[in-house]
Amino acid sequence: MVYDENWEAVIGLEVHCQLLTKTKIFSGASTTYGAAPNTQADAVTLGLPGVLPVLNATALQMAVKFGLAVDAQVAERCVFARKHYFYPDLPKGYQISQYELPIVANGHLDIELGEGQIKRIGITRAHMEEDAGKSLHEGFVGASGIDLNRAGTPLIEIVSEPDIRTAAEAVAYLKKLHQLVVYLGICDGNMQEGSFRCDANVSVRRRGTEKFGTRTETKNVNSFRYVEKAIEYEIGRQIDVIESGGTIVQETRLFDPGTGETRSMRTKEDANDYRYFPDPDLLPVVVTTDDIERVRATMPELPEAKRNRFMEQYALPKYDATVLTGEQALADYYEAVVKASGADPKICSNWITTDLLGALNKIGKDITESPVGAEMMAGLIARIVDKTISGKIAKDVFEAMLAGEGTADEIIQAKGLVQITDESAIEKVIDEVIAANPAQLEQYRSGKDKLFGFFVGQVMRASRGKANPDAVNRLLKDKLAG
Amino acid sequence: MSLTIEQLKQVAHLARLEMTPDQADHYTQQLSSILDLVDQLQQAKTDQVEPMAHPLEMSQRLRPDTVTETNQRDVFQSVAPSVEDGLYVVPKVIE
Amino acid sequence: MRAGPGPGVHPGDIAFKYEPMHTLSIKALGEGLKTKKFSSRELTQHYLSRIERHDPALNSYITVTAEQALAQADAADARLAAGEAGPLTGIPLAQKDIFCTAGVRTSCASKMLDNFVAPYNATIVDKLHGADGAGMVMLGKCNMDEFAMGSSNETSWYGPVKNPWDTGRVPGGSSGGSVAAVAAGLAPAATATDTGGSIRQPAALTNLTGIKPTYGRVSRYGMIAFASSLDQAGVVARTAEDAAYVLQAMSGFDPRDSTSVERPVDDLVGGLERPIKGLRIGLPKEYFAEGLADGARERVMAAVEQLRSMGAEIVEISLPNSPLSVPTYYVVAPAEASSNLSRYDGVRYGHRAEGIKTLEELYKRSRGEGFGAEVQRRIMVGTYVLSHGYYDAYYLQAQKVRKLIYDDFRRAFESVDLVLGPTATDVAFELGSKTDDPVAMYLNDIYTIAANLAGIPAMSLSCGFVDGLPVGLQLMGNYFDEARLLNVAHQYQLATDWHQQHPRGFE
Repeated sequence: MVYDENWEAVIGLEVHCQLLTKTKIFSGASTTYGAAPNTQADAVTLGLPGVLPVLNATALQMAVKFGLAVDAQVAERCVFARKHYFYPDLPKGYQISQYELPIVANGHLDIELGEGQIKRIGITRAHMEEDAGKSLHEGFVGASGIDLNRAGTPLIEIVSEPDIRTAAEAVAYLKKLHQLVVYLGICDGNMQEGSFRCDANVSVRRRGTEKFGTRTETKNVNSFRYVEKAIEYEIGRQIDVIESGGTIVQETRLFDPGTGETRSMRTKEDANDYRYFPDPDLLPVVVTTDDIERVRATMPELPEAKRNRFMEQYALPKYDATVLTGEQALADYYEAVVKASGADPKICSNWITTDLLGALNKIGKDITESPVGAEMMAGLIARIVDKTISGKIAKDVFEAMLAGEGTADEIIQAKGLVQITDESAIEKVIDEVIAANPAQLEQYRSGKDKLFGFFVGQVMRASRGKANPDAVNRLLKDKLAG
Repeated sequence: MSLTIEQLKQVAHLARLEMTPDQADHYTQQLSSILDLVDQLQQAKTDQVEPMAHPLEMSQRLRPDTVTETNQRDVFQSVAPSVEDGLYVVPKVIE
Repeated sequence: MRAGPGPGVHPGDIAFKYEPMHTLSIKALGEGLKTKKFSSRELTQHYLSRIERHDPALNSYITVTAEQALAQADAADARLAAGEAGPLTGIPLAQKDIFCTAGVRTSCASKMLDNFVAPYNATIVDKLHGADGAGMVMLGKCNMDEFAMGSSNETSWYGPVKNPWDTGRVPGGSSGGSVAAVAAGLAPAATATDTGGSIRQPAALTNLTGIKPTYGRVSRYGMIAFASSLDQAGVVARTAEDAAYVLQAMSGFDPRDSTSVERPVDDLVGGLERPIKGLRIGLPKEYFAEGLADGARERVMAAVEQLRSMGAEIVEISLPNSPLSVPTYYVVAPAEASSNLSRYDGVRYGHRAEGIKTLEELYKRSRGEGFGAEVQRRIMVGTYVLSHGYYDAYYLQAQKVRKLIYDDFRRAFESVDLVLGPTATDVAFELGSKTDDPVAMYLNDIYTIAANLAGIPAMSLSCGFVDGLPVGLQLMGNYFDEARLLNVAHQYQLATDWHQQHPRGFE
């Protein structure tokens, strides 16, 4: 969307990313999604009188991993603080978070805009904190039900600098961040289940001015599409308000996916005074250089590095490499296929990026759930390479594999699809086809070259697709020439 | 330092404590005298002093990421004021 | 003469001896059980009968767990019979009602938790009473100031506790129920907690020995939090030796408490017999300045002479920032309390107001009704000092002064082994005399608070009487030097008999 040239938006994103630990950040209760209400709310999660928090080692390691991945400073000493407010989904009346001394500060993420244009988005900080529970309203009249299973799930809140200028940039940043945390194995990235959530801080200013406008914070933008819509709506709304003589109020707004609009969430009558102070039940967290190096040793190859390697090692075009490295699981799949099939990496890429992803998209499954595993896919491509089947027959075999009819070899065997490469057999078919089509032969010989395709089609049909296409082409040309 | 009744009311609101006007008056006086007592702190010269949050110079211990807690919902909810279908019931939460 | 539990209660009348079970030391009780002089069931029943007879005059227990106690006693008798008993097996103990006890109401003396049956045991409860623990018998849950906020045990939702030495006077607080029960022979010893003097001041006011160990020595898991960076559990008993036995069993590392210290516990009982000759004891001049009652000063100075005669070297020291302890404490403690008590919102447990329609009402009315006046005052002070615009001037400044107080002690312990002073400014005061003046009440803790701010171990023991009311002597030690404190107290008690005096009327 294009706005008035006179205006510019200033956008910062706050992303809450649930860490993929087995247990909560401060207690040994499970974090599995979807359990019956409050069955994972242990004494510490419930904030029973007398309970105390102890920090989950894996949560800390994951936060450090993130810091390393965005080239940030990992604090040698960070501190947990209490953030106070009363809300039924917040059991203790405070959230354990980090305030003055977060674990990660001063990182960045590079996003790509259009053709080769790269923009660096600063990451101000990322801090560890505990998630809240959920309020449920369905089935209650004038009341709400509180489920605290999610409470205490470890989060990192990733705060960007206000470096983003358009909704499209915001989406590019968010996608890049999403890809990164999933790659790192620190988040499952499931936006529907709330594992990766985004709040958008948006303000507008007249182009050329330095000073930021008053910003609003829009919550509940939990898909890439909603982020784009919510930010665009909010930019438009703010410009309209200012141009019609109004002023922007600093407030929290809620995005309504139904209308695509944002609306004011609370009035500021109750100005937040969170009364942060260091949590006296927790001691300063010390991360040594050794600790950091141990985490660094577990770092996977990150998306950009992997893409560059794919372009170099497999001589793939940038597009293919980008698609294949979009997800760690897909990249692993691709490399397994190349290795097992021994085929040209580009052919493997074509089969995976076009046929496989197309098919998976149609049946709504992701690569980890593919009915055709890497071994099977490699088996199919190997049969093309050794000319057992043609590329065209391979498409049919692939369909059969998707339908669960077996491996490529089993299907080729069962359906008798082995390619005919015996030239005398092919010549025999060609002779029959020519004999059956004298009129076309006449026209071809009098210069209508286009009919060559017709003869190829007839020969392939007569051989039920099994004739080797190269041989058909070569032999047919000779025979037609007379 | 004396506290105004408005300040007292704001504090009581932040702390979610309901009180009658009489109580508010009474608390205003008492809190003012307590704040007078703690105002003695302003005499101390602390420019070069690091704040001390904790008596022990230790760092945070870490817990292995293994599940140790089992479902005890029934016993935990046996002391709850209001539950329904495993959920804690409260007046409607308005967002 | 003031109102008392019955005729013949003369605060001035002290010193008479008897030999029934409730006068025996913990060591003697252990021997009695092992040699089958009496069973744990008989011993437990004896205490339960005494509680029934005497506690109406004192109000020292909120809950008496008679049935459970007898079951625990039977289990202890079985262990004794099987020869599997430890030194404390079968010996009764009272728990301050601040420790969570599974299946037993744990009220913290608040209306807020009047209906709260804890679903789990505090670590120390498991250590003392659990199947794998010391095997002590829990008699019940002792009264206290509400959420441990008070110095007189008058803020309890269950009514004030009376001092057995004069039932018109306070027993001190916040562990007033624990000390009254032990002083009156309604328990051989009791657990207690100390955030700003809540073990030591009541021990002083009731002629008991009470010790607050080093911060981090005893687990805080399951101890209902008042001020997390100051709270520490300990014990009140009649003698240092009794206290050593119980503290030994309570102490030690707990992985559930991040502030618990991973460090072996010294042999507290074994360390009692060391001579104190050559020990350097520092007297901070600030602890003997204006404000200390003359009678108390005389008793404390007589104790100093006693220790000197036993070979201790007495030196005057200075803790120059100690006058700022009270204002520092009354920022730090309420700040942490206001936060710790936010969890009482009427949602998951505790008091919920009737007829509420909105969330705001749920919070404000439940908390307004559930908390007493002193708790509300401290919550508001704490909320104020943490709120926007005041944090630096109050909270941060208090943390800096806390560091100065800590540095004072660090410096002192470079030249002395122990610091000695009075525990309280005077003997027990009359019920109701300070309830309307919170600041006067707060100044009661002037000598005890610094040890909590610094985190060092400290104890109180009796050093005599003024007009028939006990006076406490305070010993403060270096970090993790509980064994030394108990050693000095024990040696003093071998040479004196103040601790053997019992209040009349509770034979």
